[in-house]
This record gives sequence, structure tokens and C-alpha cells, in this order.
Amino acid sequence: MPMEKTAIRVRGLEKSYGTLEVLRGVDFDVEPGSIFALLGSNGAGKTTVVKILSTLLKADAGTASVNDFDVATQAENVRESISLTGQFAAVDEILTGRENLVLVARLRHLEDPGAIADDLLRRFSLTDAATRRVSTYSGGMRRRLDIAMSLIGNSPVIFLDEPTAGLDPEARIEVWHTVKELAGDGTTVLLTTQYLDEAEQLADRIAILHEGRIIVNGTLAELKQLLPPANVEYVEKQPTLEEIFLAVIGTNTRKQG
Amino acid sequence: MTTYFFSDAVVLTGRTLRHVTRSMDTIITTVITPIAMMLMFVYVFGGAIDTGPVSYVNYMLPGILLITIASGIAYTALRLFTDMNSGIFERFHSMPIARSGVLWAHVLTSLVANLLSLVVVVGVAVLMGFRSGAGVLAWLAVLGILLLFTLALTWIAVIAGLSAKTAEGGGAFSYPLIFLPFLSSAFVPTETMPGPVRWFAENQPVTSIVNTIRDLFAERPVGGDIWTALAWCVGILVVAYVFAMVTYRRKIS
Repeated sequence: MPMEKTAIRVRGLEKSYGTLEVLRGVDFDVEPGSIFALLGSNGAGKTTVVKILSTLLKADAGTASVNDFDVATQAENVRESISLTGQFAAVDEILTGRENLVLVARLRHLEDPGAIADDLLRRFSLTDAATRRVSTYSGGMRRRLDIAMSLIGNSPVIFLDEPTAGLDPEARIEVWHTVKELAGDGTTVLLTTQYLDEAEQLADRIAILHEGRIIVNGTLAELKQLLPPANVEYVEKQPTLEEIFLAVIGTNTRKQG
Repeated sequence: MTTYFFSDAVVLTGRTLRHVTRSMDTIITTVITPIAMMLMFVYVFGGAIDTGPVSYVNYMLPGILLITIASGIAYTALRLFTDMNSGIFERFHSMPIARSGVLWAHVLTSLVANLLSLVVVVGVAVLMGFRSGAGVLAWLAVLGILLLFTLALTWIAVIAGLSAKTAEGGGAFSYPLIFLPFLSSAFVPTETMPGPVRWFAENQPVTSIVNTIRDLFAERPVGGDIWTALAWCVGILVVAYVFAMVTYRRKIS
């Protein structure tokens, strides 16, 4: 079989912290331009996978490549291909939102960092808060800024480690929009989440990481076939609390704060 | 990516310098203890200490400057610790930049922040009557020794900042360093100390550094002390740098 181009390829990945085996042979592929969700409970090893793929951590065994570059031997090339949005907003609290963006643009050696920053501030509805220190931002604004910082340089592969953890429903939907837009533009997105609905909403493929291995990997339709066919029952449709919340506050558009 | 090492380091240093200029309280807390000590020693204890023809403020300023540096580097460790734990380090390390630039930015910022503190303390000393007829060369020599001492202690701060578990722990290493000048020639002549204490005082790094700076300020020949002082600074610098790098590698792999 000819080698097909993959954005991310992981084979037999193993990692232990001391005697704790976190990854026990993880395999998966991510196609270019798709959204791949790594689903798992807390401590399943999702962050460990992301850290290995973003060259922050070395695997004990197995191989992983991003954009056809090996994470262990071609770390520099991997770093040129990726952007990481970690589990905790990696923003500089003391700088302003704009300064954070300019900083990343300068470190990526791009021309006109100021214009890049202003454009992203507009796209992420942060223009009004641009000159305020990030320490005054709400959780949602921080996360938006964090993701905006990761978009600078148009990396072909983006890692989002639990991008909506701790966000309110509105901010969560905003992040979902952004992720869909990214994939629409051809960016490969690997996202980790412990929210099932998030994976269902966003992902082209879903893999479930459990006890250090991928136990299921497929599209949502494929995963649904793993269960016996649905019985048709008539149940009165109750609105979910999320639907009520969004209806009562009367908007799902982007807002400051 | 080494081609970008300098430009990346400049950008990153600009960032950490803003942390200093936007929290000037760190400079104030750094200088407040040395200034309080200076007031106390000059106006309370100083009268009882015989330093010969030298005025007491002139006598004790070198030691106060070293205490200023020792308390200043606690913030170097704290800034590094905060970066390590906020996720911004991981962002930088996942980017195509010269990774060591992140660390060097903290080191350069430490030099600048401590220099600011030193200028403030010397200013207060002048108000309190410190005078020196030292020429430009002697002042440059003093500056050079102080910067070398800051650099050496900064690498110790890097070890602390990288390996600390809590923010408080990150700064705690500086307390013994702040205390070291008291067991030296910084405040009283070592001849007045009992045997073992005197032996320690005369053979620890602070004494040779203090004596050298004191001689430079007083326009006296510095003698062999300057070589002992430089040897201590370079020695501490090299050892601390090696351990800092080992800690750093262990931390990022």
C-alpha cells in the first residue's frame, strides 16, 4: 500500500511517569484538514499525547510524526508545523492582549506584527480590551486570546488541549465556531476533550483513549453502529438546560467578557 | 534556529523587562530591606563600631549592595517560577524559536532589575552622607564586580525557580544569601570576631568582594582581594550555571 500523506501519525506510543504507565501503545492517524477528537476521562493520558506530539515530552517507546516530521528526531521541523493551545491559557498576564499577540508574531518572525495583532483582536472580538492587561480578562476572553495566539503563523496543525474546559456555554460555542472555521480553511485540528457533546459537535473522527490505549476510533456514525440499533420510542422532547440558558440570555453571539 | 537566537532573546527579554517595569513594587520591596538596614546601622549601631577614619556609611555600603542583590534575585526565581507554571513556557517551547532564549531573557532581566535596585540604594546612601572620590575606572570596576556577582547569584536563582514547587519556595533560597554579609567584613572589622567565626568570615566570598569594593570607593590599592573576589564570582557562576542547565534539561525533556 502506498504511503498516504497524514497530518499526524502515531504508532505504539508508550509513556510512563515512574511506575505509572500512562500510555501503553497508542496508535492513530489524523488526515490533513480534519478535526480529530481524543476523548477520555481525566488522567486518561490525553495531555501526555499532546505534549509528545508538540515536542514538549519524549516518549518512552513508539513513534509519532506531525506533518511527516518525526517528533523525536525532527523536533525543529515539527515546531514549525504546529501551534499548541495548552490546557491552561498560556497567555502573559502582565502584558496587554495586543502585546501578547505582537509577541508571538515577532517570535514567529512575521512582518508587521502590529497589523496581525489588530486583525486577530477584531476576529476574536477583543479590540475593546486590546490595551488592557490580560490579568483583567474573563476566562472566556483569555481562552479567545490564547487561541488567537495559536493562529498566528497559520500553522498547518493545531493542538487544542481541552479548549473549552472551564468556559461558560456561550464562550464554549464561540470556541466551537473558531475550530470549525479553522478546519474549513484546511488546518488539521487535534483536540482533546472530556465532553462527549463537544466531540460529537466538532470532530470528523473520534478516538476514545482509555487506560493508555485507543479502544475505539471512527466517525460518529461508525461509533453509533457499535451499539444495537436504536428503538423508535416516542418521548416528549424537553429542552436541555443549555438551550434554556441560551434562550434566556437571548444571544449566542460573541460578546466582550 | 540559532540564526534567530539573538532576535528571539531580545524579544523575550523585552517581555520579561516589562514584568519589571510594570511591577515597580518588586524594585521597592527589593530595596526597602537594604535601605532599612542602612538606616539602622548608620544611625543606631554605627556609632558603636570602630571603623577607623572611614565614615560608617562608606564602610558598610559595599555589604548593603550585596544584600540588595541577594534579595533582588528572589524575584528572578519568582518570575521564572511563574512562567514555568502558567503554561507560557510550554507555548514558547512548542514554537520554532531558540529555546534557551527563554532562559537568557530571565537572566538579562535579572541584571537590569538588580542594577535599578543598586542605583536606588546608592542614591539613598549618598543622601545619608556616602561620598567617594573614586574615578570613572574605579566605578566601572565596582559595577563590573557587582554585575558579575548578580550574574552568579542569578544562575542560583534559575535553579531555584526551575525546581521550586511553590512560589514561596522559589524565593526562600535567597534568605541565607541575604544573611551571609553579616558573617563577613561588611559591617564590622573581622578582627573583632571570635576565632572560628573570624576564620569563616575571612574565607567566605562576601568578605573579599566587600573589601575590594571598599578599597575601590576609598581610592586605595585593591591588593590580592580583587583576585579572590573574582575567583569566587566566576567559580559560583560556573557551578551554578552547570547545575541550572542540568535542571533545565531535566525539566524540559
